[in-house]
Amino acid sequence: MFSRKVTDSIIEKLIFASGIAAILLVSLIFFFLLREGLGFFSEYSIKDFITGHFWYPTSKPAAFGILSLIMGSLFVTLGAAVIAVPVGVMAAFYISEVAPVSVRDVLKSGIELLAAIPSVVIGFIGMVTLVPLVRVMFDIPTGLSAFSGSLMLAFMAMPTIVSISEDAIRSVPWTYKEAALSLGATKWQTMYRIVLPAAAPGILAAVMLGIGRVIGETMAVMMITGNAAAIPESIFDPVRTMTATIAAEMGETVKGSMHYKGLFAIGLVLFVITFIINFIADTFLNRVKK
Amino acid sequence: MNPKLAQKIAFSLLFLVTLIIILPVLMIVFVIVKEGASAITWEFLFTAPKDGMRAGGIFPAIIGTLSIVLCAVAVTLPMGVMAAIYLNEYAKENLLTRIIKLSIVNLAGVPSVVYGLFGLAVFVMFLKMGVSIIAGALTLSIMELPVIITTSRNALNSVPQSFREASLSLGVSKWQTIRHVVLPNALPGIMTGAILSIARISGETAPILFTAAAFYVPHLPRSIFDQVMALPYHLYIISTQIPNMPKNITYGTALVLLVLVLAMSVSAISMRIYFRKKKKW
Repeated sequence: MFSRKVTDSIIEKLIFASGIAAILLVSLIFFFLLREGLGFFSEYSIKDFITGHFWYPTSKPAAFGILSLIMGSLFVTLGAAVIAVPVGVMAAFYISEVAPVSVRDVLKSGIELLAAIPSVVIGFIGMVTLVPLVRVMFDIPTGLSAFSGSLMLAFMAMPTIVSISEDAIRSVPWTYKEAALSLGATKWQTMYRIVLPAAAPGILAAVMLGIGRVIGETMAVMMITGNAAAIPESIFDPVRTMTATIAAEMGETVKGSMHYKGLFAIGLVLFVITFIINFIADTFLNRVKK
Repeated sequence: MNPKLAQKIAFSLLFLVTLIIILPVLMIVFVIVKEGASAITWEFLFTAPKDGMRAGGIFPAIIGTLSIVLCAVAVTLPMGVMAAIYLNEYAKENLLTRIIKLSIVNLAGVPSVVYGLFGLAVFVMFLKMGVSIIAGALTLSIMELPVIITTSRNALNSVPQSFREASLSLGVSKWQTIRHVVLPNALPGIMTGAILSIARISGETAPILFTAAAFYVPHLPRSIFDQVMALPYHLYIISTQIPNMPKNITYGTALVLLVLVLAMSVSAISMRIYFRKKKKW
């Protein structure tokens, strides 16, 4: 048998290897997206890819412009952010500063349950409840629209926005609040004049991470935004996002074809966008810790 | 305005907004249970689909999801816990640690469908595993790694420093201290995190779309290199791709998936509350 010292050192080496695995994996993801996606750009110009209006991957000649897909993702994401940010931050304040302890635990569990509901289930429920409702309420030809997608995604971003904002709010030092309260400020005045500005960087990080989650969401978006690859003119138009395009089309492509590589190129764009968003959010969070 | 009154109005508003988030959660669960309960029969749970999915059961999809998830956990749990041990017990505050942490944050942010692409490029194509349980499981295990690392780190971090010092001062080596003192005390926290992750990956669809899931396989998987049906993918297929799908089968499938996921989440959450109350320090 090995001596204890030898086993210890083997295990510690394994632990170190697992520690640096994350770096390796991020690099691998980037490398493989690049490997499959770069071949695409040697045959199709980046400019036409980013600014082209038409995504006709299977026509002859094929067109691989993703502007309409970028606009689709942007419409849905901005719509979701407009709804999710105020609602999520307000809920975070209610849960961390106002709610009595017992209510707080119930609400937090509720939000954790929401995080656990699979996106395909939310997409399905959205299809059968929200989509018809939106169609009737706004009198539009189909409820499968950017607006329905935004509503659904705002809802799905809640767990991220609420829980991270809540951490930020709770990490504001007690002394700040005590100082304000002792000067005669009400609890509410203290909250929005003192706690909100002090927690702002953390809340901003929560918002960024929420947006990152929304841009990357796939199944629910594919099921309720109508999947029309055209540049939307209003939020009630059907749209198609970058994620939905990959999910819907990859199964039918010939491996190694331009269409296949084009979808990897879209994946690369998504990877870079979420990488930047997460990097910024992480910078904010680190500032909070200091 | 009277500040007291302003506060009252503001707090009521905050409460209402919070309800806007919580009520739909309850509504989703309620609708699926109400509409799906009638579909749940012995036959539905334990037979294969028939008549182009419009009749029969979802047994192969249940088994498919369970096998993918079990394989994924078997890979991601040890790796994630070891990475957490490294970060919490061994790592020094230096550039390497900073890069590791940043990588974890970024892994957590990669969209699920991009994981699907990665799995397709690496496991299915490059390593020639084909569309299979193992390719899907490996894809999911990488996706879940940052979550396992983060929750395990929090669990390790909550073990008081004095426990470690007591053991080290008796001349016990660092690893033995971690193995016999730190890990047992962090175990409940690690387990809760693990169960929550299992719940989450059971419902993931996009990462297995091109790596593991099959539209229809009449038999059960024979090895980890088989394609399988999977519950979330099956729900996607029957709710969008199949015309004239009987409504109660779709709701029934959603119900089974929801029960699977929520049962795990609820047990993890109650476990956490139980251990928090029991904690001696």
